[in-house]
Amino acid sequence: MSPGTFVQLTGPNGSGKTSLLRILCGLLAPAEGKISWNGEDIRSLSEEYVAQVTYLGHRHGIKDELSAVENLRISNALNGVSVSKERAAEALGQMGLAGRESLPARMLSEGQRRRAGLARLLVCDTNLWLLDEVLTSLDKGAVSLVRSLIENHVAGGGIAIVATHQELELPRTKRLELTT
Amino acid sequence: MWRWIVWRDLMLAWRRRADMLSTVFFFVIVVSLFPLGIGPETQLLRTIAPGVVWVAALLASMLSLGRLFANDYQDGTLEQLLLTPQPLFLVVLGKTFAHWIVAELPLVLIAPLVGVQFDLSRETLWILFLSLLVGTPVLSLIGSVGAALTLGLRGGGVLISLLVLPLYIPALIFGAGAVEASVMGTSPSAHLSLLGAFAIISLLFSPWATAAALRISLE
Repeated sequence: MSPGTFVQLTGPNGSGKTSLLRILCGLLAPAEGKISWNGEDIRSLSEEYVAQVTYLGHRHGIKDELSAVENLRISNALNGVSVSKERAAEALGQMGLAGRESLPARMLSEGQRRRAGLARLLVCDTNLWLLDEVLTSLDKGAVSLVRSLIENHVAGGGIAIVATHQELELPRTKRLELTT
Repeated sequence: MWRWIVWRDLMLAWRRRADMLSTVFFFVIVVSLFPLGIGPETQLLRTIAPGVVWVAALLASMLSLGRLFANDYQDGTLEQLLLTPQPLFLVVLGKTFAHWIVAELPLVLIAPLVGVQFDLSRETLWILFLSLLVGTPVLSLIGSVGAALTLGLRGGGVLISLLVLPLYIPALIFGAGAVEASVMGTSPSAHLSLLGAFAIISLLFSPWATAAALRISLE
């Protein structure tokens, strides 16, 4: 897979989209074969590799007790990227959470929490995005926002692999259809 | 980054203070039930005090261990922690350290106060404090292995006790032994040294074991 590639993973429920993404990010060991990054097995690269990857799963990865800003800043700090309060608030504003960034995340709706999780894509500088059903419970505006985020990322030479049932209609989409 | 993990867990604990307080209250109540039940027989109370306080500390730490990874597991942040570019054992060490501060340190600090009910001398109370200070990191460290192994299982809370409590026995023997020696008027230093050695060994091995267990639990 070369830089600037966008892959849309499709397939019926239970066909292994999530498993594939989890294998790609190294959470799951493949039963056979291996995943290579720049020619090296990700199992031996591990920390260098995960520094290049942003994985967003089914579950939002948002702590209910923390506000959206705190969530964003902490998850980035743990990935070695320090984000100022202003930058975090700005990113959340872009995701349509202006005015709600300081509320505890448990007071946000499902879609708003999803947006708060997706704000990570705005501040991270990783090459490989692995997104698993991230469009669930998002409204049309947010979906087109995510779409343009992915478009920019891919145009800038990044790789995005997205499992979704919705049509993203990006130019030069590669499709991978999994079957059961 | 290590500091961020500790900071994050401390902040989360602060936002859920009730959890932390319930552990402390459990400890205080369990320890206080014995003098109330036995009555004012000071000699007997002094004899049983080391064991009672230590056993109460073990049981109290059972209450909080279930939460060590379970909350992060449920909301998906544990996956994200596994995908941070740093060795997993450091992440585990940070979380375990935060757990010690939140769940064990309050017990250590309050133990001399509840120990007064057992008519312990000032010197013995000091040794009680010291033995818990050295011994409770063992509880957090070994407990984290159990918490990681039982992650996502049904009835994990009971399983964790069955798994971890037997491993606490050395800490219990040497910890309570140190206080007992002080009650008897002999030197507790041998017991404390062994307890310290046990703490160092668990510090060396349990973060790796926990990291391995977490990887298995999240597959």
